[in-house]
Amino acid sequence: MYTLSSKLRVFSIILVVIGAIGLTIGFLSTPNTIEEVKEMMAAHDAHGGGHGNTNATANTHATEGHGNEDAHGGDAHYEHTLHQLQNKPWAALYVAAFFFFMIALGVLAFYAIQFAAQAGWSPVLFRVMEAITAYLVPGGIILFVILALSGFHINHLFVWADPEVVAHDKLLQGKASWLNSGWFIIRAIVFLGGWLLYRHFAIKYSRKQDEDPNGNKWYKKSFKIAAGFLVFFIYTESMASWDWIMSFDPHWFSTLFGWYVFASLFVSGITTIALITIYLKSKGYLEFVNDSHIHDLAKFMFGISIFWTYLWFSQFMLIWYSNIPEEVTYFITRIEDYKLPFFGMLVMNFLFPILVLMNSDYKRVNWFVVMAGVIILCGHYIDIFNMVMPATVGESWFIGVSEISAVLLFLGLFLLIVFKALTKAPLLAKGNPYIEESKHFHY
Amino acid sequence: MASKVIHALYIDDDILMDAVKQVRAEHYHIEEVYTPFPVHGLDKAMGLAPTKLAITSFMYGCVGLTVAITMMNYIMIEDWPQNIGGKPSFSYIENMPAFVPIMFELTVFFAAHLMVITFYMRSKLWPFKEAENPDVRTTDDHFLMAIDTGHHDVDTMTSFLSNTGAVEIKVIDKEDNH
Repeated sequence: MYTLSSKLRVFSIILVVIGAIGLTIGFLSTPNTIEEVKEMMAAHDAHGGGHGNTNATANTHATEGHGNEDAHGGDAHYEHTLHQLQNKPWAALYVAAFFFFMIALGVLAFYAIQFAAQAGWSPVLFRVMEAITAYLVPGGIILFVILALSGFHINHLFVWADPEVVAHDKLLQGKASWLNSGWFIIRAIVFLGGWLLYRHFAIKYSRKQDEDPNGNKWYKKSFKIAAGFLVFFIYTESMASWDWIMSFDPHWFSTLFGWYVFASLFVSGITTIALITIYLKSKGYLEFVNDSHIHDLAKFMFGISIFWTYLWFSQFMLIWYSNIPEEVTYFITRIEDYKLPFFGMLVMNFLFPILVLMNSDYKRVNWFVVMAGVIILCGHYIDIFNMVMPATVGESWFIGVSEISAVLLFLGLFLLIVFKALTKAPLLAKGNPYIEESKHFHY
Repeated sequence: MASKVIHALYIDDDILMDAVKQVRAEHYHIEEVYTPFPVHGLDKAMGLAPTKLAITSFMYGCVGLTVAITMMNYIMIEDWPQNIGGKPSFSYIENMPAFVPIMFELTVFFAAHLMVITFYMRSKLWPFKEAENPDVRTTDDHFLMAIDTGHHDVDTMTSFLSNTGAVEIKVIDKEDNH
């Protein structure tokens, strides 16, 4: 049995507290009026920021020309910036909440695949996977609350939730039968409810199988429910990615967006399994996990990273090549306003894993896997950041106190819940029929 | 010196693997093992050096990537700039996404084909080559281990081998049989 060390508990609680404080500061320091935005920008200009010049000219326009259209144009610009800055802590909260939720969801899908495929190598890792999926419950509830707030237009994350905007937008009116608050929330309940239901029964059957392995009655139930869940999951995950991410840019659409988000959550989930397994091994637990298990996880990290790149590129190249205005704006805003995170995450999510994890021997070196894993997780956080921020915060983005605090808050919560869940059951799923094969798994 | 070779035949890959380990533990010298299909882990059990084929494959892939970039740059940018779909035709880097599929394909093509050719050459295989296979049954359902007798006693070796699960043991004079 694993016991949660007080050091780890205190560390994660500190993360949560710092994150909560930082996020509160982030929310409190958002400007409420146009005047505050002007003050903030003036202060920023005084510091001599990189884009001081453009702001300064806008400033003089607004102050000099009283009563003429220049001032009006200037105020409209400030109002735009005001909305972006008001969105910023919400978007930061959303990105972090979604990112940690999607790790747990990716692990849940991976776990179900192990059962559906009757994999023989992985049962020694099942308890680690089960513990990570424990985050689905609180993470899902938090995500649901944020989605409900956004869907009912308490904040301005989703423009389609703003009746003012929809009234002036023909395209959004056409999509209103799908993108409306009530139906949006019902879908979220169905998706999250289905996933949590599978998790509940999967864990229950897995524990029962340990108590009563005779005839593999519970294992067979696990197999059936996993197969059913995977069918449900691939449809609902795809729709959830339209709802929860693609609808930030409601005019834009991509038909493989669901797969693209799936690749992201899958590789993040597998990486997290590898990191937590290596951590537990370094603390002297999981003595039955050998190099070959780590090797296989690293192979998955490598393979799914390339799969992610394949999907990312398929989406990018077709849109870049056809150059249709309503499609290509998506990438133009990202390349113009988000150059560093956009190209940076490509390096982190593709170039780095492919070069570091290509060699077979390196996949068995723990610190190599950890290093690659940390870079992959950061890269996929930035990927989600790139998906959400351009539509909500636009060119007013920067990595500030809200972004960092939101990550710390959810990281702390994630660690606390996952490691707490690890203490709930023995670390070896001893009733699993493939457990002996898995223990002797050797590449 | 008339050195002899023992051919021990097995009918199961698990038994063969155990036998290989036992023979190695006795410090007999295994010349070669002939199997109808690749037996997982046999190379490690025999103590063969790890293959360097992966490194050659990586280098061939790099060659393929270079060939693709040079070729596309010459064809599409330098020699005859072509305007396809209004894409920038005077700069390789700006037009790069369009070339990625070709870069990918040629990397895979070079890596795969040259690696296979390297493997054939390394295994001394070419068209019309006479099979070195000592027993035709190893292409069907038998596994054959060839052990060099060296200075060991042939009788002790044969009885030892029959204990490891060999179904048939033949002692062959090397000089008579080349």
